[in-house]
Amino acid sequence: MSTAVRGIAGGSHAIPVRRHVRVEQVMGMPVSCHVRALPEVPAGTVESAMSSVMAHLRHVDGLFSTWRGDTPVMRWRRGELDERDAHPWLAEVRQLTEEARLVTEGLFDAWFAGDYDPTGLVKGWAVQAASAYLQLLPGVSYALGAGGDITVGTGPDADPSASPWRVGVEDPRRRGAVVRRITLGRGAVATSGAAARGGHVLDPRTGAPVTRSGSATVVGPDLLWADVWATAAFVDPVAAAAAMARHAPGYRLVVL
Amino acid sequence: MRRITLWLLSTISALVLLLSYSTSLPSRAGSVQVLPAAGSSGGAAGPGQASGAAPRTLDGDPVQTPYGPVAVEITVAGGQITQVHMLQVPWGSGQDQQINGYAVPVLIEETTSADSAHIDMVSGATFTSRGYIESLQSALDQL
Repeated sequence: MSTAVRGIAGGSHAIPVRRHVRVEQVMGMPVSCHVRALPEVPAGTVESAMSSVMAHLRHVDGLFSTWRGDTPVMRWRRGELDERDAHPWLAEVRQLTEEARLVTEGLFDAWFAGDYDPTGLVKGWAVQAASAYLQLLPGVSYALGAGGDITVGTGPDADPSASPWRVGVEDPRRRGAVVRRITLGRGAVATSGAAARGGHVLDPRTGAPVTRSGSATVVGPDLLWADVWATAAFVDPVAAAAAMARHAPGYRLVVL
Repeated sequence: MRRITLWLLSTISALVLLLSYSTSLPSRAGSVQVLPAAGSSGGAAGPGQASGAAPRTLDGDPVQTPYGPVAVEITVAGGQITQVHMLQVPWGSGQDQQINGYAVPVLIEETTSADSAHIDMVSGATFTSRGYIESLQSALDQL
């Protein structure tokens, strides 16, 4: 589904920008791609870049989905696929999950509860990587949101302060209500909280369920790490804040 | 408070290292010249304040950092830096600044807001395909 319209977007631009929005359901979640393009950027170029974004996410889903038994990650998990024979992204993600476990000091752990499950890291990794297609477009500013995690930025030679994005943080206790607004020109916002179906989030260090309500939001340069830290901060905000101070310059725990 | 990028606040320690600030005052440490501000307010008593060490506020000349020129005002109490205020921040148009290889976020503002009418995107913890149609994001996705 794709829609584009000519118009003047709000913000500090004196120049009219064309707004593109594409929404698709990928990886079990809604993915919303917003682009503000200067008039000289061909509409087809923007549409093509957004198609590439969605194609990348589908490709990742085909490799890493844990909802189907035949994906490479599931076969690797069962010992049926050697990592050296698999798509190289499996090794890359595995290394990233190891790094995430280290820097979060165990608050994020893809190996917890027996089976390897990198899902919590794959999402931020994939969306951040997909945004590269938008970063190639001169004259655009973009916001790419997937399942509540968002990365924004611009193409080359653009001033990120000129077309900032206003990201509302949802009240974890009241759907559709916004309790914080973060305005940024480049960077990522990730929010982690209780599972959508009401299941418990477990603390990987102890196996105990996280009984806090609410959510944790992290703002930082890269959505992969913002997502990892938001997950860690929801498990234990105090420990995560300390680990962030040690290991994650440039990442800020904004809301809890 | 001026509009400053919040990432700088969160990396105060890194910035202080860049400035090669010395807590033995006043001094010319590296490229930083710190001068006692006339009538310095002293700021709030910090947690590290030692007896007999009154807080001092110091204005530094703009310093060239890898990110561009930065001017800071530092409050020191008891040998500890208790406050750092950015007086001048290096946001050049299109300029990339790097931390750990990633362009740092251009964080412009963070507000407590109950107003969902002036946002572009929503960040939340429980966004699923099934809940999308009734979600706030779906309203924002309309043109």
